[in-house]
Formats: sequence, structure tokens, C-alpha cells
Amino acid sequence: MSSFWLFLIIVSLAVIGFFVGTSRAMSVASGDKRKLHSLPSYYGSNIAIFTIVPSFLLLVIWMLAQPLIVSSSVRSHIPADTIDPGSTIGLVMSDVQRLANGLDVAVSQGFMTEEDARSVQAGSSDIRARLGQAGVVLGSSVRPEVLQAAQEYRTMTSTGDMLRAIFVIGIALAGFAYAFRKTSVTFRARNTVEKTIYTLLLGAASIAILTTVGIVLSLIFTTGEFFSIQACLSEVDNYEQTHLAALRAADMNLQNCPLGNVALLDQMTSVTGETFSVTTGDYLSAFADFFFGTTWSPSFGGGSELGILPLLWGTFYISVIALLVAVPIGLFAAIYLSEYASSPVRAFAKPMLEVLAGIPTIVYGLFALLTVGPLLVSAFGDDGALGLNWMQGGTAVMTAGLVMGIMLIPFVSSLSDDIINAVPQAMRDGSLGLGATHSETIRQVVLPAALPGIVGAILLAASRAIGETMIVVLGAGAAARLSMNPFDAMTTVTAKIVSQLTGDADFSSPEALVAFALGMTLFVITLGLNVFALYIVRKYREQYE
Amino acid sequence: MTDATVTQPAAPGGAPKKTSLLKLDQRTRRRNAAEKRFKIYGMIAVGIGLVFLVALLSAIIVNGTNAFTQTFVTMNVTLNEDVLDKNGNRNPADIKKVSTFGYAPLINSALENKVESLGIETLLEDGGDMRAIMSASAAAQLRDYVLGNPDQIGETIEFRFLASSRVDGYLKGRVTRESIARDRNISSAHLLLIDDLKELGVVERVFNWGFITGTDASEARPEQAGIGASMIGSFFMMLVVLCLSLPIGVAASIYLEEFAPQNRFTDIIEVNISNLAAVPSIVFGILGLAAFIQFAHLPQSAPLVGGLVLTLMTLPTIIISTRASLKSVPQSIRDAALGVGASKMQSVFHHVLPLAMPGILTGTIIGLAQALGETAPLLLIGMVGFIASEYPNGIQEGFLDPNSAMPAQIFEWAKRADPAYYERAWGGIIILLLFLMTMNLIAILLRRRFERRW
Repeated sequence: MSSFWLFLIIVSLAVIGFFVGTSRAMSVASGDKRKLHSLPSYYGSNIAIFTIVPSFLLLVIWMLAQPLIVSSSVRSHIPADTIDPGSTIGLVMSDVQRLANGLDVAVSQGFMTEEDARSVQAGSSDIRARLGQAGVVLGSSVRPEVLQAAQEYRTMTSTGDMLRAIFVIGIALAGFAYAFRKTSVTFRARNTVEKTIYTLLLGAASIAILTTVGIVLSLIFTTGEFFSIQACLSEVDNYEQTHLAALRAADMNLQNCPLGNVALLDQMTSVTGETFSVTTGDYLSAFADFFFGTTWSPSFGGGSELGILPLLWGTFYISVIALLVAVPIGLFAAIYLSEYASSPVRAFAKPMLEVLAGIPTIVYGLFALLTVGPLLVSAFGDDGALGLNWMQGGTAVMTAGLVMGIMLIPFVSSLSDDIINAVPQAMRDGSLGLGATHSETIRQVVLPAALPGIVGAILLAASRAIGETMIVVLGAGAAARLSMNPFDAMTTVTAKIVSQLTGDADFSSPEALVAFALGMTLFVITLGLNVFALYIVRKYREQYE
Repeated sequence: MTDATVTQPAAPGGAPKKTSLLKLDQRTRRRNAAEKRFKIYGMIAVGIGLVFLVALLSAIIVNGTNAFTQTFVTMNVTLNEDVLDKNGNRNPADIKKVSTFGYAPLINSALENKVESLGIETLLEDGGDMRAIMSASAAAQLRDYVLGNPDQIGETIEFRFLASSRVDGYLKGRVTRESIARDRNISSAHLLLIDDLKELGVVERVFNWGFITGTDASEARPEQAGIGASMIGSFFMMLVVLCLSLPIGVAASIYLEEFAPQNRFTDIIEVNISNLAAVPSIVFGILGLAAFIQFAHLPQSAPLVGGLVLTLMTLPTIIISTRASLKSVPQSIRDAALGVGASKMQSVFHHVLPLAMPGILTGTIIGLAQALGETAPLLLIGMVGFIASEYPNGIQEGFLDPNSAMPAQIFEWAKRADPAYYERAWGGIIILLLFLMTMNLIAILLRRRFERRW
């Protein structure tokens, strides 16, 4: 029975429980509502809750646990000596899983009976051809032990599914019966129901924590994997250099990380006389290569150099240009709108500027690529209007920075606007009363008072600029380089995350995993900026009565 | 301070300085000039902001409106029985055997006949040469028609086919005689022919429904590409976002605003929410890739996964706005409910929540609009590079089958090097912005209509 149907059964049991509970409450009170502790519907809800909550929890736990238990049990039954050198148990297990799924498909489409799928032998009939009929493509020929494991996997899964259905429905019925028996005149149904709702509300609020934990865990694990592969590769280099002659003589060519391949490790030890092991020093050199490397040249064949500095430089350069555009314009616009503008002007210009904030970033990206880029090339490029020949192509730091600046104008202006408006009118009046002009009041009284808030706003804008993706993917180019020329194409951390993860790369290769390390760096930087901004605002904020 | 200068006491031992109220002294003039300058700076800043907005919108409109018209060629095609159904018994299996290659000669000869019957002189030898003005999709269109109406075989029927993207670009001014100098797909002889055909009304530009309702096409057929399928993908994603983020967001806000005790756990939740609101969207994409696709093995490129990722991204926005609207409901309402014997839970769900609903809905719609335009996390879960060439077959497929989304489709078109696709990308942006504008308008109207000031 599939989990979807199981879920439907539980839900319909709960719905029945609601009505049964409501009428039961009325009948124990012999038709007089006033004798009950709670309203009758609370008794109904109580039964529904007791039916649905425990069984649903069991269902979820079962669905998470069953595949783990089944695969570990099947894994322990695969004899170690049947695994090819160069292959791992994980690869064999994925073969097993694919084959088991293939058998499922073949059975469900009627190309095989359930009996066949259970008893078919690898030798007796060509299982590949039969699965091929059902549209299941298997990579290599099926080995007997894999087939046996797959059959075991299927048997265990189907037994598990049956047990699951029995237990889940059993628990649901038990909950139903328990709550039904408890329904009496004195039972405080409302309290139970309200406590459950309270727990649900608390659970919803905790999703924010779960999300953060999910982000941090997924980044930490994959980043850790990246660094351990890099450390292993750096040890492979060392090892090869120290034992070059011996390895040559044995005709061994190490390319990938040998860890996890016991046969190869044994062979290496016997050839060179030294055990291969990754040391702390290797980890340090992997960290150093990543954080201080000045070359970014990923190549999916291996031998790539993955240094983050060119990407950080591109990110920094583009963000600085964006802030140079956004901060003066946004700040002056906020000052003008809150201190000078007449109310019709304000009512028109403020929402208009905020429209800029509501436009999706993909639109800005296209604007950078197709409008601003060519415009800048016609001014600064080859044969440009200014005859400077600084710019080779439309995608450049300047293009992305300018457009990102435009995007950030409303961000800076509306934040600053709020902060300037929060400065009490009495301070302005005092300054004006002493004879200062309006602009002197703003520069010498209002802005100093608002400064912490404005610095916080600028830091938040900087964090937005660093994390912005679409504008740089489309507008900044793809070349990672350390250059001072703002008209050169450069690339950023976010753009490289996209390009490393959208290719056809294998997710376990360092070239793909590096994207997670980049994501981790990005997360730490933006989080740091946000926390710092909040700290500044809290620490230096003037408290006005 | 201009007044103060008048009554300056005479310096001891010197003649009193003569000043006039009517004459500005230098310092005052300087200060007034500074004042005026400062004000002008502010005006310039606002002006630059508005100019940018106008530039952005006009770039979108100027470049994008062309995507809504398309060039078509009208001609009579004879559905030759010898070619389409050799056995003559209208057996669907027989008719299906003829591939689109089999239909190409029919179109060639129809084109040739059309040109001859109109008496147009052209340098092109025969229909095969003229084919370059037609879209490659014409043969498929013809085949679909024949498969649908086998009884029409042998008749001569008028068809309207898509012109090729080069011809379309020529009529829109994107392709010129200079720009095709090295183009192998079309020559200036074709353009001369097009000029003549346009005079006679055979080639015309009409409104392009195919762009709004159609599906994505391969790289070589920009004239056929449409945004319809990805619109459906976006729709299913928004459904997921709405169904998850509204209840979860409201529940979380109610807890934090009405029930949460002052303790460390509540503080942690609050800090987490404000930090999540500032996490770059691409990090949510990484989370989606690692948690939903690699760990939970949900299908790649599926709107369900996109919706889950966007839900996590919009939750902080919705929680923040919902809390603001819960906060604006006056305490007296709660007190009154508690006073007549309602429990805390009843006072919240029966009184506070309904009063806060307009504000909550406004916040939710704005959060949805933000999610609709978001691209970066969708790139990481595989919604780009997928050619959404078919509509999903049903509701389950709509959630689980690979599809694209509007912003991802626009990005995909922007990456293709053909300028005809850039035009589609701008056009897609117009449609996306129309959706966003509608959503924001609804939010504003909701607020105007139902907002209460206490």
C-alpha cells in the first residue's frame, strides 16, 4: 500500500472520528450541551487528533528509517570479495537499487509476474533484455550476486511496506478508540486540543531554526567533503613525488583519491613501502590553496586550481562600484524626499523609486547584458565615442556594478528615509531656531544623529550586493581574473556557484563540490555583515524619548 | 543670522562696521548658495533614480513589444495523395509513416506556385531555395493537420505558416541587408522576395498568440518559442508556495506574537528569522539542491522542489508582515474576548486573526510576487537548461515532471546567442512584470479596501 493511500486512510479516519466524537459527546451529556466541560466539537477534534498525530508520526519515521535499515541489511549480505577493485560498495549498492526499481517497473507494467521477479536467475534468462522491454535500461550485464541482493531488497521492502500499513492503521485505530473511551462529561477536551494547536504553532515557528540548521549542515558537510578530497589530492601529489621511481617501476599512475579503495591502497603500500595517509598538513595546504590561491581554473578532467581570491576580488570590486552608485543617489534622494519635497512630490517620487525595488533581478540582468553593456562599449570600447579602447566586451565589472547600483538605490533610500524620519523634529527645530539654514541643520544635526542607522543600511546594501546573482551571471562575464581595470570582465562568487553546479559535472567531483565551499564563504560573509550592521545600529542608536 | 549682523557691537578702537539689512553680505550669500546647492543635489538624486526607472521600463517596452507580433506566410498547400497516403485507404498508421521530411516538398511546391501565380520575379530558382523564408516548424504544422484531418488529403487548403526568424527580424528591423552578409541561412534575394510578398499581403505581421500560449523550442527555431509551459510551471510553484508559506507563516507569527514566552528559545527563533530574511537567495538554492534533491531524492527541475525552496525563502517576509498586522490589532479586542470567557486560543483565532487577515493577505501576495520573480535558486535545482517543450499532462505531472518557470525561461533565452531569442526574453519580462503588477495592485486594493485604523 503506497504511503499516499495510507495517508488518505488516516485522514478519512480522522474525519470520521470528528463526527463520531461530536455525537458521542452529545450522547454522554444526554443531549444537554451545558453538562459538558467543553463544546462538543472539541471532543470531535480530540478524537481526530488522537487518530492522526501518532499514526502520522509513525508513518514519517518509518518512511525515513526503512530505506536505511533495508539497505544496510542488504549491504551486509553482499560478499566483500565480489566487489571489483576500482569499485566501491556504494556503487554496487546503487546498482542493486537500480535493478530493484527496474524489477518494480517491469512488474507494474505487466512484463513480469511477481513470481518471475522473485525467482528469476541471472544465468537462466537474459534479464537485461526483459527489463529493456519495460523501458528500463541497465548499464552493464547483471551479475548474480547483484540480482540476488536486488531480490532481497525487494522482498524486504515489500514486507516492510506491509508491516508499515498494518502498524500505522493499527496505531490510528488505537488512538481513535482511546480518545473515544475518554470522551465523558468531565473530560477537558478543549485543553487537550488547545495544547496540540499550541505545539503546532511552536513547530511552525521552529521551521526558521530548521531552515538555518539545514543550510548550515548542508554547507558544512559538502564543504567538508570538498576539503577532504582536496587534501587527499594534495597528499597524492606528495606521495607521487617521494615515490616517483617506485611507482613508475610498478607502472602505477595515481590520479584520483585512492581512499576507499582498499585493494589499491594495499598495492601502493607494497610497491612503495609507505602507507598512504592524509595528514593535517594536507588539510592545511588544501585550505591555503582555496583561500589564498590566486588562480581559478576548474577543469573537469582533474588538475584544476581552485583559488577563491579572484572571485572575492570580482565580488568586492562590483559591490564597491554598486555602492558608489547607490549610496550617494539613495542618500540624497532620501534626504530630499524627507526634508525638502512637497507632499505631492513625495507621494509621487517615493513609490516610483520603490518600483525599482520590486523589479526581479533577472530583469536587471537582462538590462545589463543587452542595454547597459553595449552602451558602455560604444562609449569606452574599441572605436568607442571616447576613443579610449578600455573595454573589450559588453560584460564587465562596470556593467554589473552600475546596474546593481540602480537596483540598490531604493534599498538605500527607503532605509535611510525611515531613519531620517525617526530623528525627532525638536532637534531640527532647535537647530533652525539657532539660525542654521536647512542644509546646515541636515548636515550637522540630522545626519550625525541618523549616522548609525545609515551605516547599518549601507552594510545591509553591501550584503545584498555581495549575494546578488542574476546581474553578475548575465552582466559581469565569466573570466576569473585579478585586474584593476573596471572595464574588464570579471566574475564573482555567486556567478561561479551557478556555473559549477549547472554544468554536467558529477556532484562528487571537487569541481562541483567547490561550489558548496563558495556558498559557505558567501553565507559567512553576508551573515557577518548583517550581524555587524545590527550590532552597529543597536550599539550607537540614540534613544529619543 | 542675517539679522544678527546688523547689531554687531563696534569693535573697541575702530570705526563701527557699516552693514545694511537690504544688502546680503558675502558669508550669507555663500551660505544661501550652499543651501541651494544641497537642495539641487537632492533633486538630481531623485531625478537620476526616476531616469533610471524610465530607462529600464522603456528598454523593456521598446525591445519586448516586438515579441508579441510574429510574421506569417499564407499559402495554399495541395495535400498530395501520392505523397501522404500511397495506399489510398486513409489508414492512420500509413499516414503516420510519412515523416516531416515527406511534407517538405509539398511546402516547397506550394511556395513556388504562390510566387509564380503572383507573378513575382525572383533570383531564386525553385521552392527549395525559397524555403529559407519559412520556419522549420511549417512541415510539422502541416503534418499535425493531416494526422488530425485525414479526410482532407487530396484537397488544396489555405495554411498560415510561421516565417523564419530571419524574415521576422527583417520585418522588425532587427535583420538588415548588411547584417546578413555572412549569414548562410538567408540571402538578399530572399529579402527582395519578402519585400514583394509583403506588398501583396502574403507575408504579414500579426499578433502572436503562440508566444503567450506556446512552449519552448529548440535553439534553431526562435520563431516558435513561447512562454506558456513555463507559465504553468510558475503557476504550480506558486501553488506550493501559497499552500505552505501562508499556513506556516501565519502559525509561526501567531506563536511569536501571541504566545511565545520571553526566553532564550524565542530569542533564537527571532534572530533566525531576521537572519534568514537577509541570506542571499542563491544560498537557498544550495540548500534545495543538497537537502531536497541529493538527500531526499526529489526529482530535479520539478515545480514541487522549486516551490519548496521558494517557500523557505519567502517565509521570513511573510512572517515579518504578518506579525506587523497582528501587532496592529489593539489589545482591547483581546481583553474583551478574554473578559467574556474565551480562552486565549479562542480570542486569537476568533477575534484577532480575522481582524488581521487583510494585512496578512497583503503581505502574502507581496511575498508571492517576490517569489515569482526569483531566479537564482531555480538555477541550482535544474530549472535552466531544461527545454520545456510540452505542457504537463495532469496535476501530478504538473508538480513532479520537469518544467521551467518564467524567470528561468527568460534566463535560458538570454543565454542563447540568437538576437531573436533576446527579443523573446524581453517579451517574457513584459509578461512577468504584468503578473507582478497585477499582484501588487491586488495587494494595494486589498489594503485600501479592508485596512482598519484603530
